[in-house]
Amino acid sequence: MKVKTPSKLEKILAAGHLAVTSECGPPRGSDMEVIVEKANLIKDHVDAINITDNQTSVTRMCSLAACIRLKLMGLEPVLQMVTRDRNRIGLQSDILGAAAFDIFNILCLSGDHQSFGDCPTGQNVHDIDSMQLIQAVRHMRDEGKFLGGDDIKRPPQMFVGAAANPFADPFEIRVPRLAKKIAAGVEFIQTQCIYDLDKFELWMKMAGDRGLLDKVHILAGVTPFKSVGMARYMKNRVPGIEIPDEMIKRMADTPKEKQPEEGIKICIESIERLKEVEGVRGFHVMAIEWEETVPGIVEKSGLYPRPSVD
Amino acid sequence: MIVADKKPIEEIIEEIKDHEKILILGCNECVTVCEAGGKKEVGVLASALRMYFLKEGRDIKIDEVTLERQCDHEYLEEIRDVMDQYDAVVSIACGVGVQFMAEKYHDTPIYPGVNTCFLGATEKRGLWTERCQACGQCILATTGGICPVSRCAKRILNGPCGGSVRGSCEINKEIDCAWQLIIDRLKALNRLDDYETLCPLKDWSTDRAGGPRKVVREDLQQ
Repeated sequence: MKVKTPSKLEKILAAGHLAVTSECGPPRGSDMEVIVEKANLIKDHVDAINITDNQTSVTRMCSLAACIRLKLMGLEPVLQMVTRDRNRIGLQSDILGAAAFDIFNILCLSGDHQSFGDCPTGQNVHDIDSMQLIQAVRHMRDEGKFLGGDDIKRPPQMFVGAAANPFADPFEIRVPRLAKKIAAGVEFIQTQCIYDLDKFELWMKMAGDRGLLDKVHILAGVTPFKSVGMARYMKNRVPGIEIPDEMIKRMADTPKEKQPEEGIKICIESIERLKEVEGVRGFHVMAIEWEETVPGIVEKSGLYPRPSVD
Repeated sequence: MIVADKKPIEEIIEEIKDHEKILILGCNECVTVCEAGGKKEVGVLASALRMYFLKEGRDIKIDEVTLERQCDHEYLEEIRDVMDQYDAVVSIACGVGVQFMAEKYHDTPIYPGVNTCFLGATEKRGLWTERCQACGQCILATTGGICPVSRCAKRILNGPCGGSVRGSCEINKEIDCAWQLIIDRLKALNRLDDYETLCPLKDWSTDRAGGPRKVVREDLQQ
C-alpha cells in the first residue's frame, strides 16, 4: 500500500514491519504531567500512542490537547475521535486543530453510550457515525474540501483508522462490516481486545477470503489481565468482549499475587500466536491504567527494538 | 400514535394549587389509546384531585371534559362558551394539545397533565414502544423497515456498533439492538447484500436541527 501521509505509523506498516501501538487515557483534571508520565513509560516501545476520547463516556481532558502535548514531546499520537459529543462542525474543526499541530493519525469511533459515564442525563449528538467520520476525514484529506464543499487551506494529512470488534454480534456481519469500513476509506484497524483467538482467526480467515486483508492494516488488540477479577468483569460486564472459560480458569487457578504476571504471560502468548495469523500487521497493546507493563510485553514478544523510518 | 405517560399527581397538584376553578381536559385520540389522557383518565385524575383538596379543606371546583381532539381548532372551539368558568386547565392531551389550548385561550393558564414520550405502537396493553422520531426524511426503505434513528441508542446509520450483544443494546439488555433487527429483516427479505451499502451523511435539516417544522400543502389550502 502506497504511503499517503507523513504518518510514522503508516510508514512503518508500509515498510512491512509489525507495528506496535498503545494508548493512554487523559486525566480527569488539567494536569498534563499525567499524560507526559504515561507517555514516557511507553514511548520507546511503541510506534504511536492513542489518546482516548472521553472513554466510557466519563468526562476527561480532551484527546486533542493531550495529543498536542505528545506531539510537542516528539511522539506520534493517534487522535481518537468519537461522534457522540460533536456534530460535523465540531468534528471537522477539531480535525483541523489536530492537523495544525501535524497530528497525522486519527481513529474514528462512535463512542460508548453516555449512560455509562458521569453525565448519563446528557444528550448525545451522533450527527454522523464512525463510518461516516472515516469518509469525512478522507474527504477532507483527499479532496481538500470541507463536508460543505468549500476548499480547505492546508488540508489535514491523516492516516485514517477505525476500530473493529470481531466478537460483537451478529458475527455474520463482522466481516461485511469491515468491508464497509474499508469502502468508507479506512486504512488501519485496531481491534477490540482479543482473548478468543479461535474466533479471531476465523474472522481473519473470512476477511482474507474476501480479499480484505490487502486493503487495510489490521492491528490486533491485546489487553493483559491484572487479576481474575478484571477478567471476570470484562467477560461479564463489558459489551463485545469474549473471554474463553479456560482463560478465566487459568487466571483463577493462579495465586492472587502471581495473577498480574500470569495475565502478562497470557498476553505475550496471545501476541506470539497472533503474529502467525495472516493479515495481522501489528499490535495495539491496551494496558488499561497499567502502562508500565507495555515495555515488558513488547520486549518479551520480540517486538523490540522498534524500527525507525524516515 | 403519540405515546404519553401520566405525570405524578404531586406534580399536577403543585401546578394547580393556587387555582380555585379547574377544568381537566382530555383528548379522545392517541392519549386515549395509550390510556394516559382519555375520558377514563380525566375521571380518575379529577376524582383524585377532588379527594386531595377535600382532605386539605379546600373548596376547589374540578370539572371534566374530553374533546374529540386537542390538536384541531374546531374541537377546541367547543369549550369556548364554558372557558370563563375556569381559572386554569389541566390538559392531559399530548404537548401539542397543551400548546394549542394555550394559543387559543391566551389568558387562561394551561398545565400539562402528562409527559409526552414518543411516536410509538402498542405492543400489548400497558406496553408501548418507540418506532419513529419524525426526522422528516424516511430511510426505512433501505433498512428493511426498521428505523435506526429511533431504535438505535446512538442512531447509528451504519451499524451495529461494537456494543450489540446477543441481539441486545449495550445500554440495556431489555432493548433490542436495532441493527440486529435490521440484519435479521434484510436476511428474511433475501437482501443481506444491501447491508454493505454505505448510508451517506444524513440531512438533519428536516429533523429538530432545522428548527420548528411545517408541512405546507397548498393544494389543500384553497
